[in-house]
Amino acid sequence: MADSVSSEEVAVISNTDITSTESENNIINTMVERGTALLRKLEINVAEAEKRTGKNTVNMQETYTVYLIEIRPAETEGGTPAAPDTLWRRYSEFELLRTYLLVTYPYIIIPPLPEKRAEFVWHKLSADNLDPDFVERRRVGLENFLLRVASHPVLSNDKIFFLFLTEEKGWRDAVLETGFQDKADSRLKSLSAMFRVKNPDKRFTALKQYSDELNNVISQLLRIRARVADRLYGVYKVHGNYGRVFSEWSAIEKEMGDGLQSAGHHMDTYAASIDDILEEEEHFADQLKEYLFYTDAVRSVCRKHELIQYELEMAAQDLAQKKQQKEELATGTVRIFSLKGMTSKLFGQESPEQKESRLAALEQSIQEGEETVKEKNTECQEFVRAAWDDIERFKEQKDKDLREALISYAIMQISMCKKGIQVWSNAKECFSKM
Amino acid sequence: MSGHTVPADFSEHMLDLDEDEDLEVFTKNTSLPDGSPMPNSPSSMVNQYRLEDDDEGQEVANTKDIFVTVDHPESQVTAIETFILYRVVTRTTRSDFDSSEYEVRRRYQDFVWLRSKLEEKHPTLIVHPLPEKFVMKGMVERFNDDFIETRRRALHRFLNKISEHPILSYSQHFQVFLTAQDLAPHRKQGPGFLSRMGETVRAVANSVRGLKSRPEEFAVMQEYVDDFSNKMCCMDKVTQRIVKEQREYVDELKQYSPTYARWGELEEELTEPLKGMASCVVQCSKEAEEHIQHLSEVLVPALHEYVLCAETLKAVMRRRDNIQAEFEAKNEALLTRKAEQEALQEEVDVLADRMEQANNSLKGDWLRWQRSMKTDLRSAFISAAEKNVEYYEKCLAVWESFLVSQRADSSGGQEDVA
Repeated sequence: MADSVSSEEVAVISNTDITSTESENNIINTMVERGTALLRKLEINVAEAEKRTGKNTVNMQETYTVYLIEIRPAETEGGTPAAPDTLWRRYSEFELLRTYLLVTYPYIIIPPLPEKRAEFVWHKLSADNLDPDFVERRRVGLENFLLRVASHPVLSNDKIFFLFLTEEKGWRDAVLETGFQDKADSRLKSLSAMFRVKNPDKRFTALKQYSDELNNVISQLLRIRARVADRLYGVYKVHGNYGRVFSEWSAIEKEMGDGLQSAGHHMDTYAASIDDILEEEEHFADQLKEYLFYTDAVRSVCRKHELIQYELEMAAQDLAQKKQQKEELATGTVRIFSLKGMTSKLFGQESPEQKESRLAALEQSIQEGEETVKEKNTECQEFVRAAWDDIERFKEQKDKDLREALISYAIMQISMCKKGIQVWSNAKECFSKM
Repeated sequence: MSGHTVPADFSEHMLDLDEDEDLEVFTKNTSLPDGSPMPNSPSSMVNQYRLEDDDEGQEVANTKDIFVTVDHPESQVTAIETFILYRVVTRTTRSDFDSSEYEVRRRYQDFVWLRSKLEEKHPTLIVHPLPEKFVMKGMVERFNDDFIETRRRALHRFLNKISEHPILSYSQHFQVFLTAQDLAPHRKQGPGFLSRMGETVRAVANSVRGLKSRPEEFAVMQEYVDDFSNKMCCMDKVTQRIVKEQREYVDELKQYSPTYARWGELEEELTEPLKGMASCVVQCSKEAEEHIQHLSEVLVPALHEYVLCAETLKAVMRRRDNIQAEFEAKNEALLTRKAEQEALQEEVDVLADRMEQANNSLKGDWLRWQRSMKTDLRSAFISAAEKNVEYYEKCLAVWESFLVSQRADSSGGQEDVA
């Protein structure tokens, strides 16, 4: 699994025959070497997956998968690695952790979880959640998630995250005790914010647009990939028929028999090779998917900004209104419709005492309003600053990771071509001997 | 001629489909006995050589004294019909030809006539098949360019196979076909429609009676022919399916590049590698399309030709069986009937002779055919395998150069491109 990296250098791929585990490790190594305090202390693995059955919340039997998290102290001096502390977590607990992080750090782009259900599948690949290949890929994705959080300058310090890694039993209660659910913005609130913000920060608008377009483009790529994989599978597998026919044909030929028979074997090899090739390519798809899901996290941050901005604008607007009201009350002109104003018109002027008390109330309200605006302003500025910090960090990470992913893809293609050359050269040999 | 073994280094040359080398070997080994210059139209030389990939052909080419090409298809429109005329060019040193060069125009029907005449005269020789009259599925227009070109190549191959055949190439009909400006008068001669009908009826009657027993070697041959026909059909089907799957693959693959390009425009740091990806996909698609083209032009026709050959073989076996059946029927009549003994004996002798001749012809031609089949198919398979290797090599180069360009950009990398 992910070995502790002692060198500070960026892991560089120096050969072209890289396996998928290797290339996965390269990205993990890249994360690990961004030394957060947490990672300097601990080594984190998601080592295994296991099926369990139990009763769910509605007291029905269900089958689910649990994942084993291993924590080891990251000692690098000489001694044998200590036995790891372990605990089991299921996917829904990871989801709970992530939701907690989303709410608690709305200005951070929270790393995504691997997909809940298999999507963008090409038809030979199972879409079944209990399929061992899917479970395995999910295990890798969950480990990836933990390492991303552990290597984040802000998130890695979170206590609940630490408990997630260390406290199997009491964790759920601890999370709920934080009361994070109350802090969650209602969906309605954030939706309405989107349409009514008057002065959104231009950078966030641009970022949201970029994120949406990136989402589009990656989705498109994943769809194409699934179709291409399907077709390529077909091409390779049909060659398997050659194997069969050559074999049968060789039985009736005297001179050509041996050549045909051995060529047939190579055709079988060729047909079988596509399984591994597409398995490796699945890994590339997973890397793209991570960033596809990241776009959702980016959008969340943008929306939170809009919400805060909206609240600031509302507070400012509210304050302006009140000031207006005060002015009118003081000068007697009515420009803004108010029920009080109407009733006074209809039922006669109010007494000077009533007017005094109303003015005082308004004054109070205005003062409170000004406090609110100041708070909101600060909140907004803080948010923008913190968010933008994280966005810059994210951009760097994204550029690096995706570049690595493209390089891995090229290496995969090269490996595939080499296999093809090998098989067909062998086949040609056999034909020549016919 | 059919007993020679081919020296090993010869086969290396023969099977190399690199154009220049082909031409080189051609001129080296096949100068005409009287020293006169070779057929010098490049297209005809290339056409001939590419399709003459059997060792028999190479042997014959050493002493080959007749060269035939089929080219220049031209559409002919008359009041009644539209058809294609092909130009048939012959160059020869044979003394039984009046001239050394001929140029005639022939249509598909003329080829059909020639072939039926050859089969008539030599019922148990293996006469190479013609391309089919029409292709059933996937045909939109009878005269689209691909169809015409495929047919032209097959017709060229047909005439070359005939010209290399030790017996058929000396056929009178073959000579007439190659030389007569107007074939029509010749087509009217010879056993007419009715007499051919009579033969067919007799043949059917005989086959109904059934053979007493097939000689061992022909029984083995029959079994082989049936199996071979089976296998060729399978090979044909599998290959056509592969072409189809590859076409679909390339269509999907092409979708990648506009998407990568679009993504590249979205990014800043990643623009360059993404555009690189788009370009790689474009190049690989091109290579794949070339590969498909090659398959369609080399392997598919070769296999299809041998599907047709298998049918020819079946027909030859049937005709041989009929000849034997006729003899046996007459022989039985001789043994059972007491009257007309002398006349019957004569007829039986004739039929016995005929049967012996037919069997010997077939036996002789069988070996020649088998060798020719092996050479043709081996060459087609090798060519297909080579093209596959080439395809993967080219794609490898594309991705390797992408990789090099990416690593050159990233910091601190030592490249070790294996």
